[in-house]
Amino acid sequence: MMGYYLQLALRTLRRNVVLTSLIIAAVGVGIGAYMTILTVFIAMSGDPIPDKSAVLFVPQIDAWGPATRPPGTAGSVRLPDQFTYRDATGFMRAHAARRQTAMYAVQLDVTPPVGAPYAQPGRAAYRDFFAMFEAPFAAGGPWSVKDETDLADVVVLSAALANRLFPHTGAVGQIVSLNGRPYRVTGVLKPWNPMPHFYDVSGNPFTLGEQLFIPFTTAIGHELQSAGGQGCASVPPPGWSGKLAGECIWTQFWAELPDAAAVRNYRQFLLNYSAEQRRLGRFHWPPLVQLSNVNEWLALEHVVPNEVRVNSLLAFGFLAVCLVNAVGLMLARFSARAGEFAIRRALGASRPDIFLQCLTETAVVGVLGGVLGLGLTALGLAANRASLGALADYADRLTHLDPAVMALTVALAVGATLCSGLYPTWRATRVQPAWQLKAQ
Amino acid sequence: MEIAPVLRALTHRKIGVVLIVAQIALSVAILANSVSIVQQRQGLMRRPSGLDEANTFSLTNQFTGSSSDLSARIRTDLAALRAIPGVIDATAVQSFPLRGYGAATTVTLRPDAKSPFNAAEYSLTLNGLHTWDMKLIAGRNFHADEVKDFWLGISNGAPPTAIITRALAQRLFPHGGALGQNVYLGTSAPTQIIGIVERAQTPWAAGSAWGTFGPEESLLVPFQWVSPILAYVVRTEPGRNDAVLALAPKRLFAVSRARVISDAQTFADTRAEQYRSDRALGLVLTVVCGLLLAVTAFGVIALTSYWVSQRRRQIGLRRAVGARRLDIVQYFQVENLLISGFGAALGVALGFAGNAWLVSAFEMVRMSVAYVIAAAAALLVLSQVAVLWPALRAAALPPVAAIRWQ
Repeated sequence: MMGYYLQLALRTLRRNVVLTSLIIAAVGVGIGAYMTILTVFIAMSGDPIPDKSAVLFVPQIDAWGPATRPPGTAGSVRLPDQFTYRDATGFMRAHAARRQTAMYAVQLDVTPPVGAPYAQPGRAAYRDFFAMFEAPFAAGGPWSVKDETDLADVVVLSAALANRLFPHTGAVGQIVSLNGRPYRVTGVLKPWNPMPHFYDVSGNPFTLGEQLFIPFTTAIGHELQSAGGQGCASVPPPGWSGKLAGECIWTQFWAELPDAAAVRNYRQFLLNYSAEQRRLGRFHWPPLVQLSNVNEWLALEHVVPNEVRVNSLLAFGFLAVCLVNAVGLMLARFSARAGEFAIRRALGASRPDIFLQCLTETAVVGVLGGVLGLGLTALGLAANRASLGALADYADRLTHLDPAVMALTVALAVGATLCSGLYPTWRATRVQPAWQLKAQ
Repeated sequence: MEIAPVLRALTHRKIGVVLIVAQIALSVAILANSVSIVQQRQGLMRRPSGLDEANTFSLTNQFTGSSSDLSARIRTDLAALRAIPGVIDATAVQSFPLRGYGAATTVTLRPDAKSPFNAAEYSLTLNGLHTWDMKLIAGRNFHADEVKDFWLGISNGAPPTAIITRALAQRLFPHGGALGQNVYLGTSAPTQIIGIVERAQTPWAAGSAWGTFGPEESLLVPFQWVSPILAYVVRTEPGRNDAVLALAPKRLFAVSRARVISDAQTFADTRAEQYRSDRALGLVLTVVCGLLLAVTAFGVIALTSYWVSQRRRQIGLRRAVGARRLDIVQYFQVENLLISGFGAALGVALGFAGNAWLVSAFEMVRMSVAYVIAAAAALLVLSQVAVLWPALRAAALPPVAAIRWQ
């Protein structure tokens, strides 16, 4: 029976072409606009590290005190979102988590064997960084703990930079000149660029990631300035040692806390640390700490701009208008065919039969609307490509390669069309055969 | 034209009326809020930076090799840049308006007052105002003996003098008289305000990175920024910007190869880059609004056509007993005006409610009444225009045929 209804549905598409194509267009345009904006939203707000987002934490302590705290939104406290060098290294020494890393953004000149030097964004971190954030190695591995204590000149390269420097040979074990110093390559990563760039949101969180990684201790030893955001509560003492001792925040810190007990213990550690700093006379205020996992952190830092959220709401409103529109159009379409339903009813079709027939027709229209919507989504994203920047690749991945998103689009279209078709369908089943046939 | 019979007739097609009312109301609410957001973004994007934007370019310079003689290298570079024909002036800075990142400072009126960062801070030398083409509205430029080298990581103490923007002066001294006053930049040593410039936008396009100060609340301090990484900002004679931009890296490499130059771009490009996502947002919203109007218009046409086909007999009867074509057209127009007028009124309420929610939940700017009124008016007109086609078709029905067909 369903096969017959499907056949009927396909045949009726050709009748009443204007009305039918208007319905398909309304559904398609609504879905297209909504999915375009939703895709950008998903790309920006997606969980960058789903396996571990619940166990990676950013601790925050009240290093600057209540007086310098910017007025946050009601009910929330805005603590400094980066660390002073002394706190970050203090946390490293305390070793209160299973894995932890202090880090900061650096920029280094790479001098290739031939050609002009070029600047590359990099990150100074501890070796746990790679395991914590699941940075995949293509060859080699992280540097050793001994490299960190010896301030060794070692580096892990991104896939792109390794290929640029050593296109014909393996990079591991090779020497790279960074800021005029020879660094030994211990490992090369596979292509890896978590989006958003959650572990350091002090810069643009939607840019291309670091091309090289060096030990934190080595970077400090070479007095490498931070290439990321920096803020100071007071003017630091002179010189590099002053910068390390001062109250400027320019480092990030992450801890891996596998379970609730570890989180509790770590919160206690933070409170103890703050209390200790107060005893030492550095903090003049009661301890205030905060622990956020990856997704809480992204929300706290407003990584997804409010405008993008508002946009997806407006697009959803637009979809609603399109669907209301589709209801009206379908009402007109089914009413125009009251005679046909009356004949079927007179010949013995039950109300559920008519209902099923109309629903099948609606679903067919929905599928067509969904396909149109998919095309419009691709078009919308292509038009937006230039303005999406680094996100464009990500959005492409979502739409072109992800069958789940494509299926979601069509399913959304069919579901929405079916919902908006319910009332017109119900109306169609209420046709009184006798009255309708007599009126003809 | 009597309204009562039109209203009575409407009670027979409740669902259709509800659908059009819902559609018009939603459209008014969405249109008003979208246009308000787009307009507000465009206002932000049009904000002048304070620089001579058409004739300015910048490039990022990173010195390689020894950094012991940075101060001298910067001076040599600046001399080379100024020697290029067509260059009016050049300056080496950490940041400049719309660069996307830069420095912020604490500015307080008392030495012991603590405060979050509340102004953007630019290090500028004697040539700074000239290069950036900033207009002093009060006071004076820096003196040569006030300008010192600022080595990153080395304390220079508070600058003795500073120039502030009008916006910052108004915030710090709402009753005027900012000139000559002392302020404190996070230290106990005072800094005297010696000049006020009309405008210098902060490095951040969308306001401040900390959200604690306005887009034009900047402070200029008399320092030559000395660091391996800095930006050269160059102002050229009109029409020479592109040519000098192409030549500048070559001249700098001629001075010394020990450098990496990146992001050499005109100020127009800097501006475009900063506002790229805002432009994309605006574009998406504009397209959605256009589609919204089209969809709503088609919805009105389709539903009215449906009603016309349902009411052929009545139309024929009315025509047969003497109604003119104009009366039929008017009937549908009045009917549409009633429905869409109700929808638009509902839309105004919905639009305000939606906006209030956006303001509280997403920190959006409150929408002005004009946008809602305009959106409501636009949809009323659109709806009236859309109804014309089915109404004219109804009017074209010959009385006899209309009765016979049913």
